[in-house]
This record gives sequence, C-alpha cells and structure tokens, in this order.
Amino acid sequence: MELQTTIYLVVGLSFALYIGIAFWARAGSTSEFYAAGGGVHPVMNGMATAADWMSAASFISMAGLISNMGYGGGLFLMGWTGGYVLLAMLLAPYLRKFGKFTVPQFIGDRFYSKSASTVAVLCLLVASLTYIIGQMTGVGVAFSRFLGVEKETGIYVGMAIVFAYAVFGGMKGITYTQVAQYIVLILAYTVPAVFISLQLTGNPLPQLGLGSNLVGHDISLLAKLDQVVTELGFGKYTESLPGSKLNMFVYTLSLMIGTAGLPHVIMRFFTVPSVKDARSSAGWALVFIAILYTTAPAVGAMAKMNLIRTVTPGAVMGNADIYGAESALEYEKRPDWMKRWEKTGLLKFEDKNGDGRIQYYNDKTKNAEAKGKMDAAGWKGNELSVNADIIVLANPEIALLPNWVIALVAAGGLAAALSTAAGLLMAISSAVSHDLVKGIFAPDISEKGELLTGKIAMAVSIVVAGYLGLNPPGFAAGTVALAFGIAASSLFPAIMMGIFSKKMNKEGAMAGMLAGLFITLFYVFAHKGLFFIKGTGYLDLIGGPNSFFGITPEAFGAIGALVNFAVAFAVDKMTKEPPEHIQHMVENVRIPRGSRAVDGAHA
Amino acid sequence: MKDDTSSQAYWKATLALLTKILIVWFVVSFGAGIIFADMLNSIKLGGYPLGFWFAQQGSIYIFIALIFYYSKKMGEIDRKFDVHED
Repeated sequence: MELQTTIYLVVGLSFALYIGIAFWARAGSTSEFYAAGGGVHPVMNGMATAADWMSAASFISMAGLISNMGYGGGLFLMGWTGGYVLLAMLLAPYLRKFGKFTVPQFIGDRFYSKSASTVAVLCLLVASLTYIIGQMTGVGVAFSRFLGVEKETGIYVGMAIVFAYAVFGGMKGITYTQVAQYIVLILAYTVPAVFISLQLTGNPLPQLGLGSNLVGHDISLLAKLDQVVTELGFGKYTESLPGSKLNMFVYTLSLMIGTAGLPHVIMRFFTVPSVKDARSSAGWALVFIAILYTTAPAVGAMAKMNLIRTVTPGAVMGNADIYGAESALEYEKRPDWMKRWEKTGLLKFEDKNGDGRIQYYNDKTKNAEAKGKMDAAGWKGNELSVNADIIVLANPEIALLPNWVIALVAAGGLAAALSTAAGLLMAISSAVSHDLVKGIFAPDISEKGELLTGKIAMAVSIVVAGYLGLNPPGFAAGTVALAFGIAASSLFPAIMMGIFSKKMNKEGAMAGMLAGLFITLFYVFAHKGLFFIKGTGYLDLIGGPNSFFGITPEAFGAIGALVNFAVAFAVDKMTKEPPEHIQHMVENVRIPRGSRAVDGAHA
Repeated sequence: MKDDTSSQAYWKATLALLTKILIVWFVVSFGAGIIFADMLNSIKLGGYPLGFWFAQQGSIYIFIALIFYYSKKMGEIDRKFDVHED
C-alpha cells in the first residue's frame, strides 16, 4: 500500500478508537465524566495522566533537541521527570486534602483574597497560553508532514482540528479514552525505537542498546558517535553542554519546579479518590512517562547516527573517509524521505560548493584539526538544515522502516499533541469562566453563560496561539520550556508557601507571584519579543543575549522562583499575620484524615 | 489529631522524610547528572559513561523509586500518628 494511504488509514483508525471508547464509556456511566478518574484503578489513572502530560513537546520535539544537544539534552529528561518527585511530596497530597478543583481556588481560599485568586488566574493564563504556542508549533509540523503541505498550512489545519476536538468533543476527562491515547502514543514511540536499536546494536531494548556496541564492531555506539560528530565539527556527544554547567543546572531546576506548578498537571491530582492515592498516583504516572523518557535519549542519539549514515554512507558502519570527495551523498540520489520533508520547508538543501553532494557538518566549529580537513576537502559551509522538530517523525523514514511504522508514528504524534492541547484549553476555559467571570466579575452568570464564556476563551486562545505558532519563539520543546519557567516563577512558590508556611499572608503571596512573573517575562520578552511578537525584543536594554550569568531565557524560571520566594518573605515580614482561622486551615490541610469528595463550588 | 504536640510531631516526621528524599533527589540529578558528571564519565557502565547515564537514564529510574518509597513511608507515618484516612 502507498505510504500516504497507510498514514490516513492508521490515523483514521486511531481516531475511530478514541471516539468509540468515548461513546462506550459515556453510555456506561455519566458520572465518570465529572469525577474524572474517581473509582478508576491508580494504574489506569497513571496512564491517563501520562497521556495528558506528554505533549507534542515530549513526543515530537524532545528527542530531536537531545539529538542536537547531546549530553545537555538530559536537562529535559531530568527536568520533566524530577518535577514529579516534588509534585508527589510537596503539593499533590495537600491540594487533594484541600478539596477544590482549580489552582486559583486554592490560592484564593488559602490567601483569603479574591485579588490573590485573580493574580493566580493571570499567571495560569500566561503559562498555559505559552504552552499552547509550543503545542501549535508541534501540531503544525505533524500536520504538514501528514498532509504533505507547508508548515503554515499545517498550523491552520491543526488549529481547526484542535478547536473541534476541545470544544465539541467531550472526550477529555474520560479516563479510558486517555488510556487508549497513551497506548497509541507509547507504541508509536517505542516500536520504531526497538527496530532501530536492533538494526544498530542488535539489542531490542533501546535503553540498553544506547549503552551497547555497534553491530559487528568492538566500539560502543556512543563512543563511535562521539568520534564521528567530532570529525564533523560538532561538540562531543556525551559531553556537550547547553551553554554552561550553571545554565544546565538552572534550566533543569526550572523545568522541575515548573512541572509541579503547571495547572493542568496539578488538576489531575485534585480528583483522585484519597490523599493516599494522590501520593502513589504521581508514582504510577511517572512510571508510564518514564517509558517514553528513557527511550528518548536512544531515539535522539540513534537518529543523529542514522542521519549521518544517510548523508555520508559508510561513515558509521564502514571505514569511509568522511572528508573524501566521493563520500558524501549525491543530492540527486537522496532518499525519498528527504524529498517528502523538503515539501514542508522544514528540511532544506543548498549546494554551496557546487559539487552536487550533501555536506552536513558544523561550519562554525572551533576544532582546528577538523576545520583544516574541511577546508582541504573544499567544503564551503553546511548544506543541509534539518529542523529539530522533524527528527522523531522522520526517524522511522530515515531508518527505512516499514510503512505501517511510519504511519503509527504520525498517529502517535497527533494523539500527543491533541490530548495535551485539549487539556490546556480546558484549564484556560475553567480559569476564565469559573474563576474569573463567575468568581469575580459576574457571580450571577447563568450556567449557560459560563459555558459560553469558556468556549469563547478557548477559541481566542487557539487563534492567539496559532498566530504566534506561525513565528514560534523556538522549537516546540523550547517554547514549552518557557511555559514551565513561567509556572515555576509564579505559581509553584505561592502554592508551596501556602502549605509549608503557616504565617504566609496574602500581601506576601501576591507580591511574590507578581514579582516572579514580571521578572521572568521581562527577561524572556527581551530575548523573544514583547508577547512573543517577532522584532519587539529589547536585548540592548539588558546588555545582550543571556546577559544574566549566561542563563538562557528558557532557564530563567528558577531565578524568577527565587525572586518570588524572597519578595514574598520580605513583604510578609512587613505586613500583618494571616487570620487565626486560615492558620488552622493550613494545619488541617497537612493531615490526611477527614479528606472528602471534591466540590467545585465557591465557599 | 488529638493535641498540638502530636500534630507538631507528625509534621516534624513528615518534614524529616521530605528532607531525606530531597537530598537523594538532588544528589542523583544535580549532583551525579550535572555537577560531577565529568568526573563520573571516566567510569563506564556498559557503553555508557556514568555521568551521561545519570543525566539521561539513571536519575529517572531513581525518581520513580523515590516516589513509591515516599508513598509507603508516609503511609507508615500517618498510621503511627493516627491521622490516616478511614
């Protein structure tokens, strides 16, 4: 069967499966829809949470960035898993005991103030919107390849489908649909990885394959990769740092506390049956997330290897001279997958030295030895640009795997992007309609009006995110990392202090959130443009890019969080203690006994 | 929860457990995975340099173990101070 037909078929089947399960589950019980996850086994709930959590950033983008960054890519792996330890221990059980649906509700009640709740809504909206921009970038890549169109068209189609999915589909919240999405997504990720690991190392487990020897060689895959990329002028794969060690440290920390501060993740733990379950379900979620996250480094490294093998046949498995005149692949003989991706504009070739062959290397290398050999070989600059976000989707094509595997990956990428985008839109719509409009501006709004407000909020978010996704502030995973930084600097400290500091008052919490959010946005916008609009950055004002100790804007959330804590404690010292009943409430939240079913009503 | 002293003791026990786990959490990721990665890279785990392994594999496995350990120990503390659910 034609590749394109197979893709349509597999993607169509996966959608039919989700819709089928949604109908079946709804017929079975209506209450399941509201008590998302209530009465469901913690293992099932873990899978559903994992599907909700792993987005286009994890599925489509992350391994590609690891492939480019090498060792430094570990910051995504540690950051997006280590946060679950914080979430399980510092927030989830206490928020569950507190027994409300949304983060702004918790902040509003704990800090006895509607203004605090409004500030929390503001932080939540900024973080979630940024997150969706990243998703739209990923959705655009997936659809452009899937339909064989340019990236821009891919984003428009993606916007329409995400909108339909979130607004008309009641699929969200039905745990079994998400379980099905998880299964599709994880198979789509691991099946090609197993194939590729077998091809390269003979070991079917990618986690072990990455640490094994190359088939028919005495050298380990990583050692060979280190050697080849060094010859091509890139940094050593197993050691290359993202800027500096300090930046990697701060970046990782930022992603970790951002994970624990993102509203759509926290929301899932509000609705588990008990405090005990809140603790362990974070563990189960992480088990299912880890299956993808421990496979990703293998996918990244092996994709790099296969890309180099494609462009310079014999460079990895044979002993071909990388710099030889006949070594590089002739452009006319390029494989079909390159032609397919060229259509999307995400893979480009430019024959700079006019030899009709593809030279793929780092032309800005500081390695003098490699540089000399490149010049001697008559290379005139890197000729192949590969967008990092296509690596995972193109991976099975690069490894020449069967068509059904390629189709499966397309289905998986769409499942990941759609499920998370829908989850985020739900968080935005409930924050606007429930916490903002009903909670503050118009308490007498009818249920119908509340629902309509929510849908309008969703539509506006999609349009804004889609528009900014056309000129994204970075690769999907990088943009999503910005969202984590914003959540880390604004929401996480406020929630944590609300539980762990009995004396923290509303003035401190609000000042902290605003200070953390403001300083992080100030630094991010300096690099990426005001509200992410291209060309409105103000780098001169802060003294050039990464001027704060070489820290990149994606990593700045951890600094913002520090500022948040510091400002909150300073203001807290200068203003009066929270009232007696609030301090009692905090004591009560700290013990599991007496937890009750969640109610979403305002007190 | 009967009185204030027992409530304080419960919170103290909880914080002690959290501190212990956070130390391990920090040591495997920020310690072995980042700060000491270069040093550890001279040790090999199969074909993996050890520091690289901690950053891209090991810390994730340990995170999972930490959460389940926390969940089990917290259950014990809850029962000891008689604050568990039902």
